[in-house]
Amino acid sequence: MPILIAPDARILVQGMTGKAGSFYTRLAMEYGPGETGGYVAGVTPGKGNTTHLGLPVFDTVAEAQTETAPTASIIMAPAPVAAAAMLEAIEAAIPTVVCVTERVPVLDMVRVRDALRGSETALVGPNSQGILVPGARKIGVMSTADASPGGIGIAARSASLTSEVVAQLSAAGLGQSTTVGIGGDPIHGIGFAECLAFFRDDPDTQAVVLIGELGGVQEEEAADFLAAETYGKPVIALLVGRHAPEDRRMGHAGTVSVLGSGSIAQKTALLESTGVRIAATPDDVARALGS
Amino acid sequence: MYLHEAHAKDLLSRYGIALPGGRIAHSPEEAADHATALGGSVAVKALIHAGGRGLAGGVRMAQTPAEAKDHAADMLGTNLVTAQTRSRGETVHEIYIERALDFSRSLYLSLIIDQRRAVPTLLAAAEGGTDLEENAAAAPAMIQKYPLAADGRHNPAALAAFLDMLGVPDSHAGSVLAIVESLVGAFIDSDATLIEVNPLALMEDGTATAIDAKIILDGNALFRHPDLAALGDTARADAVETLAQENEINFVRMDGEIGLVVNGAGLGLATHDMVIEAGGRPANFMDIRTMATADQIATGIGLLLDDPGVRVLLVNVHGGGMTTCDRISDALAIAMQDRERTVPVIFRVAGQNATEAREAATGLPTPCTIPENMTEAVRLAVAEVARCPS
Repeated sequence: MPILIAPDARILVQGMTGKAGSFYTRLAMEYGPGETGGYVAGVTPGKGNTTHLGLPVFDTVAEAQTETAPTASIIMAPAPVAAAAMLEAIEAAIPTVVCVTERVPVLDMVRVRDALRGSETALVGPNSQGILVPGARKIGVMSTADASPGGIGIAARSASLTSEVVAQLSAAGLGQSTTVGIGGDPIHGIGFAECLAFFRDDPDTQAVVLIGELGGVQEEEAADFLAAETYGKPVIALLVGRHAPEDRRMGHAGTVSVLGSGSIAQKTALLESTGVRIAATPDDVARALGS
Repeated sequence: MYLHEAHAKDLLSRYGIALPGGRIAHSPEEAADHATALGGSVAVKALIHAGGRGLAGGVRMAQTPAEAKDHAADMLGTNLVTAQTRSRGETVHEIYIERALDFSRSLYLSLIIDQRRAVPTLLAAAEGGTDLEENAAAAPAMIQKYPLAADGRHNPAALAAFLDMLGVPDSHAGSVLAIVESLVGAFIDSDATLIEVNPLALMEDGTATAIDAKIILDGNALFRHPDLAALGDTARADAVETLAQENEINFVRMDGEIGLVVNGAGLGLATHDMVIEAGGRPANFMDIRTMATADQIATGIGLLLDDPGVRVLLVNVHGGGMTTCDRISDALAIAMQDRERTVPVIFRVAGQNATEAREAATGLPTPCTIPENMTEAVRLAVAEVARCPS
């Protein structure tokens, strides 16, 4: 059982008709089962009553919902309208919403998070590569060449490192249950803690890899989550940015200490204290899983 | 985007926040003229796009116009290095001459977005000043947090109670509350990620004045604020980094010998960690964005080939989506065909079209090594620099 995507998921694409939207939708449709890979419709305001890539296109999510009953949506709309697309999908109570759009304004995400409170939607992203169930389903824009089905769940802040770790794990004979890109932005949907809960409850996942980096609070939240329970499955964390160029280290001085946005050293110590094994480089992840 | 103090104060003045009153000077003479016009003693402040100026000599008091002129002459054209600039500092092109005010008490106020709660949040301390950051690092509890609703909404009575608990005297309760509400309006309206007023001076007459102000705007929201975008911190921008940025490449210039050609921020950070821990020095940080074409990537690689300090290129690319591995080998060929200078290449690729790319890379007009994995790639790059010292 994968996490976040049911085996019979019906997937909508918001922003399918643009250049990137068309490119990635075609690849995702080819990856999934059957004629359309689980994809049922697209939404582009102003392009209703047309078809694209063989799928019906609607003006609104509500219309697409009435006609095609989607259970998941992927948003590839441009940054200025990405938040409106997320809000529309949340309003329609679509269970899983993935947003791959980069450079969404942060106050837009504050409003989206507000809309998520009390809603049934799990938002993945923005600035995420999406969700991959190797060999079965793709709701995203990631490379699939080296992914293979198996028992390792991956949650990551970085798309490029996910691809790298996936390739190395597959080469070592370690397939993946589901890979989730939680996104690289400061304010986003589900985080490491939620992913850990999903993977804990997934019988097909035997171990979890978290791919984190400096800044933000994801690793700290994961440590809080793991400290509060007996997790029962091995967790490995690859943390990068120990020697990040200073532009990436410079935060809002004076507030960092208050808000606890941490260094790699701090994140490493917190995660290790909850029993997480640390992989220092991408080349160490497979070994850490074997040990 | 960081607004320097004068621009930050312009923005706050539109929200009715009281300011000491100041003017921008570009020369020592202009500084003296402004000091004369303002009258009395003035503060002479370096206008740079970073904080920490007070402790770094970037803010000085002048009793007379002649003294203001001397301070301005000292500062203009120098590189000011503070705890919040890059290590090479920032050149001072402009000076802010501002009326100096007498006050005995001040507060620290700032608005940020709390990443855990995903809401705008007021941070406040009962004691403002230049050593706030040091003090807060030692005793974080001195800064108190007050979360707001997503759109900045708040209950004025509860906010007033928070300020009272913080220790704002009754004599200033009304004016401080009004300033906090104005700051919240400015924060939401202008898509800020940080507004900081430190110190906020509590004046004898019960009013409060923003002595220093710092604003950082969300670069991703500037499309909504063309007037603010026009204030761009171009003085701070690096020509090489700007050119890379225009070619869909995030690039940070550094001063090492190993030129890095990497896609993705995470893989970029991982490569940095590995190079430094293997004893090497990166010449740059590179994150090739997904939309970059071979020509654009070639422009980025050209920046490294044209840097005489670069002695080896370390390619570490995971191909997928629109960035296939052969796009990188194509870009290397394009960058090298017009240049006399080449350097050896360590070509480590994985993912989509990796085999084709490795084959193409062996045809480059320079020694090209194909390593087994990332660890070996990094080791080979460090060894290459050691093998032929400059």
